[in-house]
Amino acid sequence: MENEVTIRIGGESGEGVISGGDILAQAAARWGYQVYTFRTFPAEILGGPCMFQVRISDQPVRSMGDYADVLICLNKEAYDRNIKELRHGGVLVYDPSDFTPEAGDYIAYAIPFNEIARKQVQLFQTKNMVMLGAISGLFGPPLEAIVQLVQSKLSRSRKANETLMEKNGLALNIAYTYVKEQIKKRDPYHLGAVEKADRVVLNGNQALVAGALAAGCGYFAGYPITPASDIMEAMAKELPLVGGTFLQAEDEMAALASVLGASYGGMRAMTATSGPGLSLMAELIGLASMAELPAVIVDAQRAGPSTGMPTKMEQSDLSFALSAGHGDTPRIVVAPANVADCYTLIIQAFNMAERYQMPVLFLTDQSLTARVESVDRAVFQPMQLEKRVIYSNGNVTSNGHSQERKVPVGAAALAESFARYAITASGISPTSVPGAGAYTYVATGLEHNELGHPDYEPEDHTVMLQKRFRKLETAAKELPQPQRYGDEEATVGLIGWGSTEGAIQEAVDRARALGYKVASLHLRILSPLPDESIKAFASSVQKLIVAECNYSGQLANLLGAKYALQPIRVNKFGGIPFTAGELLKAIEEVSQS
Amino acid sequence: MTQVVINPNPTPKDYRSEVKPTWCPGCGDFGVLNATYRSMASLKLAPDQTVVVSGIGCSSRFPHFMKTFGFHSVHGRALPVAQGLKMARPDLTVVAVGGDGDFFSIGAGHLIHAALRNIDITVIVMDNEIYGLTKGQTSPTSPHGHVTKSTPYGLLASQFNPIATALSLNVSFVARGYSAKPKELAALIEQGIQHKGFAFIHAMSPCPTFYHTFDAWDAAVTPIPADHDPHDRMQAMKLAMETEKPFIGLFYQEERPTMDEAAHHLVKQSKPFDIQSYIQRYA
Repeated sequence: MENEVTIRIGGESGEGVISGGDILAQAAARWGYQVYTFRTFPAEILGGPCMFQVRISDQPVRSMGDYADVLICLNKEAYDRNIKELRHGGVLVYDPSDFTPEAGDYIAYAIPFNEIARKQVQLFQTKNMVMLGAISGLFGPPLEAIVQLVQSKLSRSRKANETLMEKNGLALNIAYTYVKEQIKKRDPYHLGAVEKADRVVLNGNQALVAGALAAGCGYFAGYPITPASDIMEAMAKELPLVGGTFLQAEDEMAALASVLGASYGGMRAMTATSGPGLSLMAELIGLASMAELPAVIVDAQRAGPSTGMPTKMEQSDLSFALSAGHGDTPRIVVAPANVADCYTLIIQAFNMAERYQMPVLFLTDQSLTARVESVDRAVFQPMQLEKRVIYSNGNVTSNGHSQERKVPVGAAALAESFARYAITASGISPTSVPGAGAYTYVATGLEHNELGHPDYEPEDHTVMLQKRFRKLETAAKELPQPQRYGDEEATVGLIGWGSTEGAIQEAVDRARALGYKVASLHLRILSPLPDESIKAFASSVQKLIVAECNYSGQLANLLGAKYALQPIRVNKFGGIPFTAGELLKAIEEVSQS
Repeated sequence: MTQVVINPNPTPKDYRSEVKPTWCPGCGDFGVLNATYRSMASLKLAPDQTVVVSGIGCSSRFPHFMKTFGFHSVHGRALPVAQGLKMARPDLTVVAVGGDGDFFSIGAGHLIHAALRNIDITVIVMDNEIYGLTKGQTSPTSPHGHVTKSTPYGLLASQFNPIATALSLNVSFVARGYSAKPKELAALIEQGIQHKGFAFIHAMSPCPTFYHTFDAWDAAVTPIPADHDPHDRMQAMKLAMETEKPFIGLFYQEERPTMDEAAHHLVKQSKPFDIQSYIQRYA
């Protein structure tokens, strides 16, 4: 295949599988290619089997690839674990000193990685450089692209020293020369020169942090948890540089509680966690909803329940995110579809939190946190930042919402008091932030009247619940609608949410190329749901599929409860995201049934 | 609440809101509330730049009775709310209030970390040695053997010692007052708010409804000896171990760096965020 290849590297964690894979992806991207990575993490802190896969193409890449075209095994276990993922007729690269592969439907290249590193370079830790040199010689990108990247990476590293620089260069060169001289190439994979484009290469969490900073986040608190810790670590490093403050909290309850404290102080504030942490935060999500405080809560979903599989992907926190906390608690729930979305949608999440004065849950997942994509640099622009509506002397500042009171509560008192929770048509009440000249009020988790005073009167609870939920109706009208993808007139329609968009859209394209009439609708906003778009889409297709990576079909259940839809459920729940091929197969089966 | 008009010479009344306290007649918390009004007036705190944070419990209704800003949060979380607010807004005066359940039971874990961070907030714990809002169950500060609705055969656990705990955590300001001595308590609250760092004030505040201790505590409380050196932590610990005749006054005070100040030292050197230059690292 000219200019498209999916390379999987399997080995032992600590051997440089991941760092080598990262370098390969970045070098290919700099060389002008688009990339998309997928990796697994071992359960062990040090050592343990790990895998890195990168799909490289001169065309946009939207999923990890159905199979590996090339499998590089750095030990026998990597071969045992991954050989079934190698495409028929694909390429196996291995070291004959590790093992002898069984005969199979693949092209095998034997390369003495260990011997080159140990005897010729005389530094065993350069084994991943030997591997990269071999990859470059066999498939591309050119060795210079890799050498440049290794040098610039190493020059920034604390481990850098001249010997290591020199040995790395040596390893790359010897391996490159070895394959050029000793291996007779029998495969079709080759990355030729392509036009360069202005792209950046980063993973979901890195894009998310860039977005949070661009959104003016001024306070972050979190508690370490896989796979959200690197968001916290990056915020710890970056926030002070741009004027924000950071706190590593003692637990997730303290993390969200302190975020609400900062938010009460007028700061744009966020936390990031994973399922177990989100469970602990539930009571405070209710408080944020009740006291009408903006907060952005990132949930990097991992396979549950309980501790589950911390390093595996799942989309199984949707039901919980939609309802976490007791009582009727409006909140906004959004889910990014790809790395670019991690940037733009987190900025929108901050804006939604400020505008609608409620918690916004941002459901990324383990695969997207670590997924590296090449993204057009133009995606990373400053965006308009929404400010909270602030009450001032009977008028309203900021974005001009008027106070249209529907039901006066304690009318006599209102004449001279600040109605923090004024009943308005939009549900949005002008608020106040401590500071010189500001109107004081008490934020409370107790039911309250318009003044924020505790109030258990039946009429008041009724109008306050309506007011808080009215903000969701306002949001539903104001927020963007999902875009239909694929055929205007389709037999089969797929609805998905979160990080699976690329795989779904690739499957739609491949199905259409085979003559099927298919379309998809991808939901980024899960609360409030875009009712009309969903109903229109569902009624426009003959067969409706909901594809999601969880056991119970959490979105399908929701669509059933809300719109009486009975979609065909396509669920995957092994801890690994969908491939486009799996979804294509589902489309074909549904079409033929 | 009304727009804040700053009285240049405020009286305690200027800090009182129009919300009528829900406490039982004779509740010790009235004494703490009045002492707080008094200390804030004395310090001339601006109500619009002062925030009183609480959790849940009888005493946690407190912010509603203040004309300052207030945040009545959830059970046990007053300390993290207050710390997040102070980290984000070091210009504000932040006071956390609540009861023995909030600070020594459901939210006890947060005390350790508030002490370690030494963020500049003041906490006033209204301790009545009983759970009042839920109508009379045992508290961590109830005495051993105490018969309550949840300990019908007497409390089998030991009694928690708030002052000794705060000292062992190296809290940088540790004091105890008594709600029936509001003048002395007000002075301690004033000192606590002025203290740069985490100030812990244990306010003995009896519950006349479920555990009437006024008479016993009136007889028991003892002023800290005038010759006590509040910089002597070991001596303070000895005073804290006296539980039959609880000492009131300032046990310990130490000035040391605060986390909010250190964080804002970094902030002062910061530059505005620029996405174009930030994203260059991924090119």
